[in-house]
Amino acid sequence: MNLLLLTFDLLLTLGILGLAVAALTSRSARRGVILFIAFGLLLALVWARLRAPDLALAEAAIGAGLSGALMLAAARRAARRPDPQLDRQLDSQANHQPDPGPPAVQESKP
Amino acid sequence: MSAPRTSLWPAIAIAGLLGGLGLLLAWAFLTALLGYEGERLAEIALARVPDSGVSNPVTAVLLNFRAYDTLLELAVLLAALLGIWSLGPASLPYGAPEPVLARLVGWVVPLLVLSAGYLLWVGGHAPGGAFQAGALLGAAGVMLRLAGYASAGLPRRHLQPVLMAGGLLAFVAVGLIQTALGLGFLTYAPASAKWVILLIETAATLAIGATLAAAFVGGDPARVPRPASGGAPAP
Repeated sequence: MNLLLLTFDLLLTLGILGLAVAALTSRSARRGVILFIAFGLLLALVWARLRAPDLALAEAAIGAGLSGALMLAAARRAARRPDPQLDRQLDSQANHQPDPGPPAVQESKP
Repeated sequence: MSAPRTSLWPAIAIAGLLGGLGLLLAWAFLTALLGYEGERLAEIALARVPDSGVSNPVTAVLLNFRAYDTLLELAVLLAALLGIWSLGPASLPYGAPEPVLARLVGWVVPLLVLSAGYLLWVGGHAPGGAFQAGALLGAAGVMLRLAGYASAGLPRRHLQPVLMAGGLLAFVAVGLIQTALGLGFLTYAPASAKWVILLIETAATLAIGATLAAAFVGGDPARVPRPASGGAPAP
């Protein structure tokens, strides 16, 4: 194995471990999820280096893409507290429609 | 993240258990790499791939040699969706998108659908397959939802269970047909294996894409209260 590939593998490993630690220890949930998306993309590269292209495709699409989107939506819901300033900030970020009224089914607080 | 930490023991116990599990997995991996002397299953499976109807060994294993495991995976996806639907109403839809996102969706979603169809077909002889194609369809649904289409590309609510259970249903139906033909459950004749696999994969792709898009919608669309009726839940 030549030196270039070895360096690439070493950087991939360090990147994966660093992103994992950063995602686990981040203070805000949104930052952790975004770091997890980056981790998923690097993991797809790892699968490609391990000569598993089907796994790389699936990891990039599902692990980084769909899981990231689902967890971002969950982090957004979890961050929703009865705080008008935070609501205004979240609304302007997510481009919400105006609230149609109190929902008939109560969301359970985390 | 804002709860006061009362005790460190649960965290230490979990870390210790995970570390032990990691060591166990590492030992198993090293033993499999270095210490196993007999005939390896991978070589036997690779030798039988030409009889399986497809030439991609991953698809041969997933859809032919271990087709029952893939059937159970589809059942797990369906069960997860039922769990998501039982948790509450769908989240609020996004508003009208910015012009750049609106135009981008017009380009990207058809490309995603085309790529999904390509991955489904090419999975027989190159990297690809039903799960990858279904993930692309799910990503198309997520993009549609982010651009303001509340339905995320899915059909009406009472048709959605047909789509999502259809993948599992097709799989089980094919398996039972093979049993009725005398071959055994999910055992294919080598002559027709390619088309049977393609049929199963098509149904699975649609089911996986619909399930992932519905998971992003975040809840049961039938339970979203309509603003016109003042808060009464829709049937």
